[in-house]
Amino acid sequence: MAAAGATSGTLAADLARAVPATAVRRRRPDWNARVTHMLLLAAVLVLAFPLYYAFVISTQSLAEVSSLPPRLLPSSSILDNYAEAWQRAKMGRMLVNSGVMALGIALGKISISLLSAFAIVYFNFRGKQLVFWMIFVTLMLPIPVRIVSTYQVIADLGWVDTYWGLTVPLMASATGTFLFRQFFQTIPDSMAEAAQLDGAGPLRFLWSFLLPLSKANMAALFVILFVYGWNEYLWPLLVTNRPEMRTAVIGIEALVPRSGSQLPEWNIIMAAAMMVLLPPVAVILFMQRWFVKGLIETEK
Amino acid sequence: MKRSVFPNRWLPYLLVAPQLVITIVFFFWPAIDSLRLSLYRASPFGDRMIFVGAGNFQRLFADPAYLRSALTTFLFSFLVTFIGLALALLLAALANAKIRGLVVYRSLLLLPYGIAPAIAGIIWLFIFHPSYGILPYLLSFVTAYQFNWFLKGWVALTLIIVAAIWKQFGYNLAFYLAGLQGIPSSVLEAASVDGAGPIRRFFAVTFPLLSPVTFFLFILNMTFSFFETFGLVHSVTQGGPGDATSIMVYKAWKDGFEGLQLGLSAAQSVVLMAIVIGLTAFQFRYAEKKVTY
Repeated sequence: MAAAGATSGTLAADLARAVPATAVRRRRPDWNARVTHMLLLAAVLVLAFPLYYAFVISTQSLAEVSSLPPRLLPSSSILDNYAEAWQRAKMGRMLVNSGVMALGIALGKISISLLSAFAIVYFNFRGKQLVFWMIFVTLMLPIPVRIVSTYQVIADLGWVDTYWGLTVPLMASATGTFLFRQFFQTIPDSMAEAAQLDGAGPLRFLWSFLLPLSKANMAALFVILFVYGWNEYLWPLLVTNRPEMRTAVIGIEALVPRSGSQLPEWNIIMAAAMMVLLPPVAVILFMQRWFVKGLIETEK
Repeated sequence: MKRSVFPNRWLPYLLVAPQLVITIVFFFWPAIDSLRLSLYRASPFGDRMIFVGAGNFQRLFADPAYLRSALTTFLFSFLVTFIGLALALLLAALANAKIRGLVVYRSLLLLPYGIAPAIAGIIWLFIFHPSYGILPYLLSFVTAYQFNWFLKGWVALTLIIVAAIWKQFGYNLAFYLAGLQGIPSSVLEAASVDGAGPIRRFFAVTFPLLSPVTFFLFILNMTFSFFETFGLVHSVTQGGPGDATSIMVYKAWKDGFEGLQLGLSAAQSVVLMAIVIGLTAFQFRYAEKKVTY
């Protein structure tokens, strides 16, 4: 997601065109549409199978999981498995940590990039070009290109094993800034002029005019950033050591058996995996419209 | 440029301050520090750093394990991107009738986007599991070969490639489907009238017209497989067996945090930095030119 640039000029238009379901209906023969339905349905089923299989495993007892041939129907151990996974992985605490991290990063990034986009579009100030350039360059500095040194900074700040460490360093956002900047530029100048005539200062204008107008963009950005924050792996691995500060995505790794002496309790692992993947998937499902908008807008 | 600007001297600086502070403290400073650190090596007792110039880089590029890791990374990224895009394009092209309900399919296809690579990896790990997994079970009817990724490097590599492709597939397909909807059917009909068959129509009309989508997805998938698959490797194969799946980001992390070779890890970060800059430059150099209609 990081370094995708100005490649999709037509893509937004394409997707927008594709959106209305009522579009189309051509003189193509009907069987063509049927083949298409079949193919897409097949694709969805193939894609869904691993998820279904993981869910099925999470409902089986250990004996059922390790029996051959593999059983492909849900069984009755679902409650036991989820309770066991919840307890053993300290899932409650880890899900809270993940929630704090995902929400913190999403809300932080949105606020910070909204403010900088506002400054860049609505003010003339010395060094504006430099600021813009600096924000752009962060696209080229993902975590892997500064692993050891970033950890050093976090350690020097005393932020290891803290929520500050998990969230604040990831709050800078070129993508968000560019998104809001682009959006602000489409707002007619007359609006700011009218606000000024009415005696509204810049912050009043931001709060009462720009903010309400930006709701759709904020929601779109929120879905993308929540998913990003929830699923981030390398960062929480770097800045947390204590088990109670680990996030769910990295905590689950501890359940995977690494040696022959551990019981291969795949039903428990899959139950944990289900709990970890549910929140971001639910956010995508419930905010579907914003999610698609976010995908298009942030990749520009 | 806006005509109506708020006249205020200090407010804009205040507004960009949070962004800039984070950018400098957590992006620029560590990046510069990585560059510096890549020129040093810890003393035998770890109490001070010794300047070694390009020594770390010389060591890296003379180290077969590092070169193998680079090769693995490029192979992995190339296969994930190429197979992923080819499959998505093929399916999209076959499924190109204008139909109702495309929005529903798109929603379903995009769901795996929300699943962390690490979780995707753990699910596929079980599907590939040598004793209980459904895939080796099914394959056992076809061949006696033991698809044991615990032991065989190429099976482990296949496992993470499949998991990565799976995670990206719906996303790629959704963008190709949208791109196809944007191609005017008059163009295809014209080609048809000129006597072009379906395959020729695809290569002469559809594929070139989709080149912006392909380019965009290419960059996106390369970036993904290079930089966002750390969790996949860490949670599933841990770089193994041997170092068969030790991709560059994983190796940089491991050498730094488990091997405590800070200089060597920083040097690997610098190499990765060069790769990101290269990818970005490539993207901006060719974004407008090569891929227009």
